Amino acid sequence: TCPFELQLRATFRSGMTIPEQFRMNQLQKLLSLVEENEQLIIDALHKDLHKPKFESVLSEIQITLNDLYFAIENLRTWMQPEYNIGKNLATRMDECFIRREPLGVVLIIGAWNYPLHLILLPLVAAIAAGNCVILKPSEICQATEQLLAELIPKYLSQDCYAVLCGGAEETKSLLKNRFDHIFYTGSQAVARSILLAAAPHLTPVTLELGGKSPCFIYGRIDIQKAARRLCWSKFFNTGQSCVAPDYVLCTVETRDALLPAIQETLLSFYGSDPGEGPDMGRIVTLRHWRRLVDMLRKSKGKVVIGGDSREEDKYIAPTVLVDVPEADSLMQEEIFGPILPILTIESLEEGIDYINRQEKPLALYVFSDESSVVSTVLNNTSSGGFCGNDGIVHMALPGLPFGGVGASGMGSYHGRWGFETFSHRRSCMNRSWLLEMVNVLRYPPYSEYNLGWLRWATTLKKGSWGGCTVM
Amino acid sequence: MEKQAVQRAKEAFVTGRSRPLEFRVQQLKSLLRMITDRQGEIATALKQDINRSQFDTSLFELIGLENEINLAVSKLAQWAAPRPVERSLLTISDEVYIQPEPLGVVLIIGAWNYPWALTLQPLVGAIAAGNAAVIKPSELSEYSASLLKSLLPRYLDQELYPVVCGGVSETQELLRQRFDHVFYTGNSTVGRLVMEAAARHLTPVTLELGGKSPCYIDKNVDLRVACRRITWGKFVNCGQTCIAPDYILCEPSIQNRLVEGIRQTLLEFYGPDPKSSPDYGRIINQRHFNRVMALLEGYTAAVGGQSDASQRYIAPTVVKDVPPHARLMQEEIFGPVLPIVTVSDVDDAIHFINEREKPLALYVFSSNKKVIKRMLAETTSGGVTVNDVMMQYTLSSLPFGGVGQSGMGRYHGKHTFDQLSHLRACLVKSLGMEGVNMARYPPQDPQKARRVRLAMRTPLVDFSRGTYVWAVSATVVAVGLLVALTVILLLAAGISCTCW
Repeated sequence: TCPFELQLRATFRSGMTIPEQFRMNQLQKLLSLVEENEQLIIDALHKDLHKPKFESVLSEIQITLNDLYFAIENLRTWMQPEYNIGKNLATRMDECFIRREPLGVVLIIGAWNYPLHLILLPLVAAIAAGNCVILKPSEICQATEQLLAELIPKYLSQDCYAVLCGGAEETKSLLKNRFDHIFYTGSQAVARSILLAAAPHLTPVTLELGGKSPCFIYGRIDIQKAARRLCWSKFFNTGQSCVAPDYVLCTVETRDALLPAIQETLLSFYGSDPGEGPDMGRIVTLRHWRRLVDMLRKSKGKVVIGGDSREEDKYIAPTVLVDVPEADSLMQEEIFGPILPILTIESLEEGIDYINRQEKPLALYVFSDESSVVSTVLNNTSSGGFCGNDGIVHMALPGLPFGGVGASGMGSYHGRWGFETFSHRRSCMNRSWLLEMVNVLRYPPYSEYNLGWLRWATTLKKGSWGGCTVM
Repeated sequence: MEKQAVQRAKEAFVTGRSRPLEFRVQQLKSLLRMITDRQGEIATALKQDINRSQFDTSLFELIGLENEINLAVSKLAQWAAPRPVERSLLTISDEVYIQPEPLGVVLIIGAWNYPWALTLQPLVGAIAAGNAAVIKPSELSEYSASLLKSLLPRYLDQELYPVVCGGVSETQELLRQRFDHVFYTGNSTVGRLVMEAAARHLTPVTLELGGKSPCYIDKNVDLRVACRRITWGKFVNCGQTCIAPDYILCEPSIQNRLVEGIRQTLLEFYGPDPKSSPDYGRIINQRHFNRVMALLEGYTAAVGGQSDASQRYIAPTVVKDVPPHARLMQEEIFGPVLPIVTVSDVDDAIHFINEREKPLALYVFSSNKKVIKRMLAETTSGGVTVNDVMMQYTLSSLPFGGVGQSGMGRYHGKHTFDQLSHLRACLVKSLGMEGVNMARYPPQDPQKARRVRLAMRTPLVDFSRGTYVWAVSATVVAVGLLVALTVILLLAAGISCTCW
């Protein structure tokens, strides 16, 4: 068994993580961790992913800080028992409320594409909910992993939060232990094995996976703006975002207008050679680079923008392909790179049909000025989240739950949703000692007379809230 | 056979006919008619399955179901509507909301102890959420299962909501298929297998399991009322209720009075011979009968203890001074046997409870607020009722479910709807305000970065109705005060006005 797990369990049982003051204190310390080590974080992310400073600040540091501010400001409210429960006749005199309680010892497994925020945002939620946490950062981003392993014990309570480093073997043996919740961000294949490891312990799991997030560009649209927002979302972090628009669906006319717009945008973003400038990232490892280059090589589509790559620094140029068939190598799995296939459709229905034949994606995008187009797509498809006329940014709003559905995941987090994920909602009813004479109606020996009264008392009146069963 | 039913349900779902609200309401109303029209047949089936009295059937299964359906019908439009979300200044011109959507095909595996409620309540939520559902009632309550199989297709859409009957191998075959959600009520052993099967398809599950629900009785409590409430909860359905008080924890000083109180109450409820009372049930089958009897081996009952294997009858039984390591304390009893374990005080009781798996329900009888507060704060469980038993189940606005080994997920009322929906986060931005967006595009410089950081930091704006009302009334009051102040100043300055 993992020695950390036993130790954390003992700490949890002592009740140390429960008081609001403790949680607040730890959240403040985590805030200091991020604020005081910005440069170290930026350097580590640059070392691991060649992440431009701008992206690190925006998509790793600031998003974590925002979530921390949000949690610190709202912790007290979130922790309050919920009293606003609709009651019925029989429970009118009772106190009914829902308590939020911590689950215990939870495991958070991070990912490599946003190695900081994908592990720290769940950590914020887990701390806020009063749990003890074992963090398992991705071993692929070694500099960030080491930084976390060094900083977390320095700032946070070592009795309650531990960082475990290691690869697939270590993770496998870690999963043999029993946790009260497992939070995993990553791929479907690994997700299956995590669920299978959780089942014998009856451990609930949150899975933040991925998929091919389609992007419609349809109908009346300002093609320049659309191209800009599309390129930003696609090539941010070199396309290695779980919610990056994976491929585009549009008509031939739109495509013909789109291509020069994309060309122009890329020029304004990265200059004539994206491989030279500071603002384009790199692929995380050689293995991932080879996978992408291979996919590109096997593709039956026509490269119209970019296409070049460089092994020594794992660079792939922002690439756009057209005439990509449905069965293409690029359409078999999530791309997760700076390669954008454009599939042409003749009608919105054709595009929707295509999407519905695939697995439910993590995100779905529609660029259109026509609200009917947006609502048609929304009403006829399903996805984890949806964003109209932009990409990725829907996940930056802490009021929206961030998570998948079907093959793209289960459960959600961000803001209060994270707090709820790591909490147990315990229903409490405090019955009054009075009204025993009403209770008497439910006791044996049973009689039709009593049943008649009880039926009357417990049958829902039209317009009233909540129902009542007497069980 | 199972595969075909699932395939048909999937195809029916894809046609989209389960989505329109009118369809969902019509199906729910039809389900309601089935329950009200066929009450007699349902009661007969239950009598044959588990010797349930007519009264109990109405009370415990049907009234609850009727209320759930009525609630769903009246609130469906509200539940299914887009749910607005707080916005930030950056998204002030955008639409931000959460849209509930159906998941697809849900598998509902029912239980045998309340075969109608526990199978159909999840179905109400599944239909309300716009899903198709494959229903697999428990084969242990065979009369109810075959009645459901013959009735449901006559009232509901046959392709969208097929009933599949069968035993272990049929259930396993079902679990090999891919669903969009699996809803299981039963024991944790099978719960693990269900989760494992679902894991292969990355299917989310709701598991309503059980456990040993403790019942702590404080020494300064009105034992008369407490005994009545506990006795009722424990022996209803012959103890075969997932949230029945499994065992009692109390101080030795009140044990004897407690036993006497329960004995008295049992006399009031079922008479001197519960076997002949029409209100007392039976154990579901021989296997469970033997199981419960085996738990009693070696212990002398303080109350009851009699049994009759031919009828699967076990008398309401209470056992005193049960040691914590007894077999009675190792597994969920699920029968009419009530062990009393003595503890020295509240601390001891809390410690005892926390050493064990998290239960589905926890009960505390006390008139001391501090004791209640401690129990709530220092233990955990699926749900709690203080000074009564089982009632937390009855309010549909309270989410019902377990934690840890007692289960995952929750339902009842709107919670079933939410559990069986996908809550899709939606942001529809305007193409305007591109000026703000420009700051986030490369090429990057420190000035741009600072601007974006600032913009990202803006706090969320609450557009809820409450805030709106407050804002409007505050403005009105402020303007009113300003006018009043102006008038006063004018009057003080002696300026006359022809309006007076």
